[in-house]
Amino acid sequence: MRLINLRPTRAGAVWLAVLPFAALVAAYVIASQIRLAENPSDKLLPSLATMGQSMWDLAFTPDRRSGDLLFFADTLASLERLFAGLGISAAIALVVGCLAGFFPYARALFAPFVAAFSLIPPITILPILFITLGLGEAAKIGLIVIGTTPAMIRTLAQAVLAIPEEEIVKAQTLGASSWQIIARIFLPQVWPVLIAALRIGLIPAWIFLISAEAIAATEGLGYRIFLVRRYLAMDVILPYVAWITLLAYVTDRCLSFASRRLFPWAHLKGASL
Amino acid sequence: MSFVAVSNIAKRYGDAPILERLSLDVEKGEFVTIVGASGCGKSTFLRLLLGQERADRGTIAIEGAPIAPEPGPDRGVVFQKYSVFPHLTVIDNLVLPAEIEASPFFGRLFGGRRRKAREEAEALMEKIGLSHAARRYPAQLSGGMQQRLAIAQALLRKPRILLLDEPFGALDPGTRQDMHVLIEDIWRETAMTIFMVTHDIKEAFKLGTRLLVFDKIRHDPQFPAAYGATVTYDLPLHRKAANAAGEGTGPSPHETADLEATLSMPASPRRERAAPAIGQ
Repeated sequence: MRLINLRPTRAGAVWLAVLPFAALVAAYVIASQIRLAENPSDKLLPSLATMGQSMWDLAFTPDRRSGDLLFFADTLASLERLFAGLGISAAIALVVGCLAGFFPYARALFAPFVAAFSLIPPITILPILFITLGLGEAAKIGLIVIGTTPAMIRTLAQAVLAIPEEEIVKAQTLGASSWQIIARIFLPQVWPVLIAALRIGLIPAWIFLISAEAIAATEGLGYRIFLVRRYLAMDVILPYVAWITLLAYVTDRCLSFASRRLFPWAHLKGASL
Repeated sequence: MSFVAVSNIAKRYGDAPILERLSLDVEKGEFVTIVGASGCGKSTFLRLLLGQERADRGTIAIEGAPIAPEPGPDRGVVFQKYSVFPHLTVIDNLVLPAEIEASPFFGRLFGGRRRKAREEAEALMEKIGLSHAARRYPAQLSGGMQQRLAIAQALLRKPRILLLDEPFGALDPGTRQDMHVLIEDIWRETAMTIFMVTHDIKEAFKLGTRLLVFDKIRHDPQFPAAYGATVTYDLPLHRKAANAAGEGTGPSPHETADLEATLSMPASPRRERAAPAIGQ
């Protein structure tokens, strides 16, 4: 049989999915042991036990200065910024994207500006945000908003434009007003696209979050990583990176699951990741 | 005064005239089938009737009143594709027209009125044989089921005119036969005026009480897009009386063959070769 026609069984697919992860962990453990055998105080590839101990201390031993459980405080601070930023982005994108999709006048007004604005490298705006908004939460959330909104606007406007003309004409022949067409035809078909846009926006949102935290913050996952970097504390950095990855993955899965549950009609065609 | 009066309309897209000098009177209850080569303006004519586009010249009137410049509930439509709403289940697609009519702000019904609308939709689904698929989405239906749903939905606001733009073009022959029966039944029951664009000449003869052929009269061999199309044949089909017997009402074989020869040519290059003098 041709290779393109061979499909793994369910169990086989699980094994195949686990394989790269297992290989990565195994490679790390072996390399770590080799280095530690030569120099027990090596910091570059700490053992899993060391990492576990460091994370335990961060998670369950109150910080001597602040009394916080740093791991949870960091996670909470980062997630608050991330979701605040993404929430604002989604709201702006929904309004502007839909306006640009619905109304030709709004499209003429917004499209060129959004296209130009989206090409500004967001990080270059960060100093401006720090200067104007101060070093607090607003600047960090602002960076996420600026970094993710333009792409989301374009995705949503595109989705509205992609709704076939036939549907709009049909709705009119059923007597629907402009508002009814928006409420019953456009918006319901935009929601799943908004979720898809959020999932895609998640990656740049994390990048901008970590960048902003690395430069000016007093807590947060990105802040911690860049703080302990000075001490080559790989035993904290590596678990934190894994934790951030896990958070991003779970968020993405939750959004995907929500989309399938709430908008099953949007997932009827083709395979999707 | 005729029910639908089309007088001397013309329509061009940019530099290209699509329709020109098209006049037509249609009586109430006629089933008008429209055939013609691709790109001869059949669908454009339907869009003009629908109010989706406006004629550059001439007028279209229904019962003496000029048609509204935008689509409205007095003219229903079924397209070949995308005629139903993909985000609504079968039953929700059928409840939607009632919701639009009764709830101007939200476009939704609640409580008793919602229950009543759903009951009506259920009765309608029973009638068109979609009861078993009530909770499915259009993408989960076969092409025939989708079009049955689209037709049922289009009729819910009781339009005076039904416009069909190649509604059965994507269906397999067996399903197409079933749809013919359905649309004939509906036409007979409602006495609605129907305009149907089709590529299938046999279908046009079978269903119509009147067959229109769209083609160009004038031709410029140097510039085939110079002139628009108009109605070149207008055949009354007196088959409905005999139809009780079923068949025996179609076109005579040579008639069909003749028209098919015309139709198989995109915008009639055949005649350009035969009579290059025309239009020069």
